[in-house]
Amino acid sequence: MTSTSTPYAGREAPGPRPPLARGERMGSVVAYFVDVYRRVWRGSIIGRFLSPLMFLLSMGLGLGTLVDRSSGGVDGHTYLHFVVPAIIATQAMWVALGESTYQVRSYFKYNRMYDAMLATPLSVTDVLVGHLLTVAAHLTVATVVFVAVAALFGGFASWTVLLAVPVAVLTGLAFAVPIFGFSSRSDGDDGFNILFRLVITPLMLFSGTFFPVSQLPLVLQPVAWATPLWHGVELSRAAAYGRTDLWPCLGHLAVLLVFVGAGWVYTLRGYTKALVR
Amino acid sequence: MRSLPFGTVVRVTANGSATPAERPTRRRPAPTSGPILLARGLRKTFGEFTAVDGIDVEVQAGESFGFLGPNGAGKSSTMRMVGAVSPVSGGELRIFGLDPASDGPAIRARLGVCPQTDNLDDELTVEENLWIYGRYFGLSRAQVRERAAELLEFAQLTDRAGDKVEPLSGGMKRRLTIARSLINNPELLLLDEPTTGLDPQARHVLWDRLFRLKRSGVTLVITTHYMDEAEQLCDRLVVMDHGRIVAEGSPRDLIARYSTREVLELRFDADDQAAPAAALAGVGERLEVLPDRLLLYAHDGDAALSAASARGIRPLSALVRRSTLEDVFLHLTGRTLVD
Amino acid sequence: MSAPPLPAVSRVTRALPIPAGAGLARMVVLRNVTSFRHGWIALISGFFEPVLYLFSLGVGVGALVPSVTTDRGSVVTYAAFVAPALLAASAMNGAVFDSTFNVFFKLRYAKLYDGMLATPLGPRDVAVGEIAWSLGRGGIYSGLFLLVAVLAGLVHSWWSLLGLPAAVFIAFAFAAVGMFATTFMTSWVHFEYVTLAIQPMFLFSATFFPLSTYPGLLQWLVRLTPLYHGVALERGLLLGEVGAGLLWHVGYLLALGLVGVLGAARRIEGLLLR
Repeated sequence: MTSTSTPYAGREAPGPRPPLARGERMGSVVAYFVDVYRRVWRGSIIGRFLSPLMFLLSMGLGLGTLVDRSSGGVDGHTYLHFVVPAIIATQAMWVALGESTYQVRSYFKYNRMYDAMLATPLSVTDVLVGHLLTVAAHLTVATVVFVAVAALFGGFASWTVLLAVPVAVLTGLAFAVPIFGFSSRSDGDDGFNILFRLVITPLMLFSGTFFPVSQLPLVLQPVAWATPLWHGVELSRAAAYGRTDLWPCLGHLAVLLVFVGAGWVYTLRGYTKALVR
Repeated sequence: MRSLPFGTVVRVTANGSATPAERPTRRRPAPTSGPILLARGLRKTFGEFTAVDGIDVEVQAGESFGFLGPNGAGKSSTMRMVGAVSPVSGGELRIFGLDPASDGPAIRARLGVCPQTDNLDDELTVEENLWIYGRYFGLSRAQVRERAAELLEFAQLTDRAGDKVEPLSGGMKRRLTIARSLINNPELLLLDEPTTGLDPQARHVLWDRLFRLKRSGVTLVITTHYMDEAEQLCDRLVVMDHGRIVAEGSPRDLIARYSTREVLELRFDADDQAAPAAALAGVGERLEVLPDRLLLYAHDGDAALSAASARGIRPLSALVRRSTLEDVFLHLTGRTLVD
Repeated sequence: MSAPPLPAVSRVTRALPIPAGAGLARMVVLRNVTSFRHGWIALISGFFEPVLYLFSLGVGVGALVPSVTTDRGSVVTYAAFVAPALLAASAMNGAVFDSTFNVFFKLRYAKLYDGMLATPLGPRDVAVGEIAWSLGRGGIYSGLFLLVAVLAGLVHSWWSLLGLPAAVFIAFAFAAVGMFATTFMTSWVHFEYVTLAIQPMFLFSATFFPLSTYPGLLQWLVRLTPLYHGVALERGLLLGEVGAGLLWHVGYLLALGLVGVLGAARRIEGLLLR
């Protein structure tokens, strides 16, 4: 690769130096986060892999026994088949939160890694995209592992559940992208307290995860429709059931994409404001 | 009048003589007549490691006393023992004539402690930090409010009283920590590196405040590795190295004993200082060869410079200055980096 | 201003490993109350979380599971079945969070205890103050939750009045063990082990479905977990299924709490007074 060796040499020579390509810049950011994760991955095993498995066993099998005995499952599916796709989407939400709240804050405030990165030729966009790509990679790995394990417990009716993997990544990003922006703006613990306990916990409980949204009082149902988790759960469930009703699925997909897109605008603005002073 | 915590037995009666009295008293003990701080062969070990290796110290009421030394010399371990929070490993330690092993709370009730790193309560406001801390001493709500108002004035923080602690500048936090250490009107104030990390303005403000305290009769015990600070604040000091005391005296005494009145600093345009060093043999009291310059200790720096010139030595630059505590310090503890 | 206790009393309290009669512990509580006034959001959310669980499971899952037969044989609605379990679980969660995460932060990062110990306060005051605060706060949450359960018509027995002290008792057992565990922690990574202990208990201690759902061998495994005993105790009281058997649960939790208190008292002194 003689063509790449030339810019490398030029990058420590006096005078104007060859610029970095976009891939190089984002790649170097990703490389940093991968390197960090290689040191701390053990600490995330429980939250990432064991926790969804425990929900599967407790809700899917334990509570499932009661539900199947009392009402023969949900909408013609066993409770296990009903709840496992919802756990896939919920897990994506949790992984996204884990990567985008206290972690992001510490890169701003404590170890100031973002500042350090911006003191090099990297731009705010490079840093943000590189970091979000890492989150996408986390989401992919976590989802693939869980889908494989859940399959061992007979968690799915159809092999189309593989489509739930990209769905989970998208659901996770629908949370991660805007929450990156939220974290860039918040400085006390109150913000995260509200987010976790008054937003995320209700979402987990009321987004059609453990029971269909139709069981909710009528006034609360539109609230569920507005949340990204419900759309993620519905899409994930469609994939796991092997359902083919295209239009509702496209609708759910569109909502998730809107969260990612609007979140990107909000987050890039927050990052620029916090980092370029 | 305030009570001491859980029935602390105070062993000093009104005339100052120690009695084995079991009778708990609600009276504040009279000022101790002996030394405020007395250490004999004081030791502190952590497993195999010896942090403080048998030191003797005596501090009288109203004195301002300094512990100097490089990092790891055992200063902070000594301070924690004196603060009655770290058990003594060996030797004898008395504070206000009391034994910290049995009378920790009674000692701490009369102490003010300003630790090396601020441990302010970030979840509270500036004034709440003072109020709550005062309550730890068993002071009443009214007492702490009155005292806190005075101390905020003293620390020049009155207009930040209702603010959270976290956004304060380093100098403000330090002043608040010192104000907090004064909430119980202490007889002995322990300051562990009070001005480390502060800018020059903030340091001078703090020195001014500490000097006022000293004049008001508070006994100060200070650790520092800033020589100018020791010269400013300490009547008397000890230099510590590797857990031992290597010198003791007033700043002026120490300079007279371990250094000369003046120092001549010579710089050369050469990587090797050996040749000029050899040529200077016999000039001044003592010669020290540093990587980048020569230090010539002499009573008369100008005379030494003339002598050097007479020997044909042509330095790039020459500086004659007064000898400082720093020269003593480096002479006694060496120039190698300690970490 | 407190009068100093009699010498005999103070001699006894000093001899006991249980930190009784420490003089200024209430000032540590005062510190936490003052700090908490700034963090009112945490106060509100700490109350809402179990209520949201109750609403979600009671209304949503309740529609799928019209009735549950408890392990003691009564047939109740799903909401009535799950409410006592949520009361016990939230007592555990609050106590464990306070005694592990919060204490670790104050101990290792904020160095708050170092500041406190530079005053006449001793380690015992710190320990007693922190535990008292945690139990007091947990008690308020549990009381509010019980009130919600009463208003939702899920409570039928006068025995439920004992549900509140029982919740405080459960919190005490977990807080003591949690603090003991915290004294061994040196890094945030260790909190994964806390999650590893808490989450399975929350999900599997006969909280969301009766013990009889498990195959025989697993039932015995579940019976070993402390939260199971908390849940069974609260369920017995709130559903009025009271018998001498409940004393077993009390005994288990009491033993756990004592081990925690003795262990924590022994460790914390060495940790703070180096």
